[in-house]
Amino acid sequence: MHNKDKGILWKLFKATFMLSAFTFGGGFVIVSLMKKKFVEELQWFDEEEMLDITAIAQSSPGPIPINASVIIGYRMHGVLGALVAVFGTALPPMVIISVISVFYRQFRENEIIATALQVMRAGVAAVIFDVVLRLAKNVIATRRVLYISVMAIAFVLTVFMNVSAMVIVLSCLAIGVAEMLIGLRAQKVEGEV
Amino acid sequence: MLLKLFFSFIQVGLFSVGGGYAAIPLIQDQIVNNLQVMTLAEFTDLITIAEMTPGPISINSATFVGTRLAGVPGAIICTLGCVLPAFCICLGLAYLYYKYRKFTGVQTVLSALRPAVVALIASAGTSILLLALFNGGFAQATPANFRIIEFGLFCAGLICLRRFKMNAISVIFGSGVIGTLLYMVI
Repeated sequence: MHNKDKGILWKLFKATFMLSAFTFGGGFVIVSLMKKKFVEELQWFDEEEMLDITAIAQSSPGPIPINASVIIGYRMHGVLGALVAVFGTALPPMVIISVISVFYRQFRENEIIATALQVMRAGVAAVIFDVVLRLAKNVIATRRVLYISVMAIAFVLTVFMNVSAMVIVLSCLAIGVAEMLIGLRAQKVEGEV
Repeated sequence: MLLKLFFSFIQVGLFSVGGGYAAIPLIQDQIVNNLQVMTLAEFTDLITIAEMTPGPISINSATFVGTRLAGVPGAIICTLGCVLPAFCICLGLAYLYYKYRKFTGVQTVLSALRPAVVALIASAGTSILLLALFNGGFAQATPANFRIIEFGLFCAGLICLRRFKMNAISVIFGSGVIGTLLYMVI
């Protein structure tokens, strides 16, 4: 194996390991962190690709962080990359839980740990909002009414009406397909004229 | 026994679409009802722990169940079972995505999907913010429940990230350390 390949695999492992070890909360938390790490810091791919990866990770079965790691790993170094990325993501929770499962009662009842976990949510929220502000700015910059309203409506539906993420992704997929078909027909009409 | 666990978690991995919380009822069904290796009370403890520790909930619970039932080999088997379906399916989807993503039609469909993903991340962020500031959802969002320390940490974290381009992990970790110290002093 070339040194360059080794470098990428090692970086991939290190990045996924660190992200997984420090991410509390659901799948979208780690996705925000991945966006910061892979798009802003390492610049391995662009923001749009990261959003596509998130959509795929959300719509296929299994934990979102694992799914996203598989796709990112595959993108960087094929099947081997995917294996390395999944290993990096699965290892920290495995080690942490194995240790905790031995004395989980004490862990659960420890007040300092409970406080730390509660206040850490504020930091996690700050990270997500930082990422969201950037992403939303770019959506607004497209100046496409369709995209901006999709974003606003999807946000309202999930926050206030508890519509599941899966429903949102599927409906937007339908909107996208409709837009594509309308586009194709418009081209065809132009061609005939 | 190990084989049974493995197949149980393959089912969990295969049918839990849409993230961690979707997997909880599935795991409960397999572990409490189907294999009967854990009581409901133990399972509730497990979910609490899985939520408190970093990492995906389904991996956490797979490891926890595996360790309790069969030590480290159990943990490895359960996690493998949980990850395997996701790995195969995602690999296939990734292959298709990178093969076809340059086509204009696919690009159009994906561009309609991206704003929705932004909204989904934003809504996940909102629920965590509510949890941090009011220790609950919208119903708990009253001035009486407002936590000033968490609000301060959130603002400080945002400033650190946007103004000073600080690293995300240090912001999360820093808010944990500073917040805990503040609570201990007050």
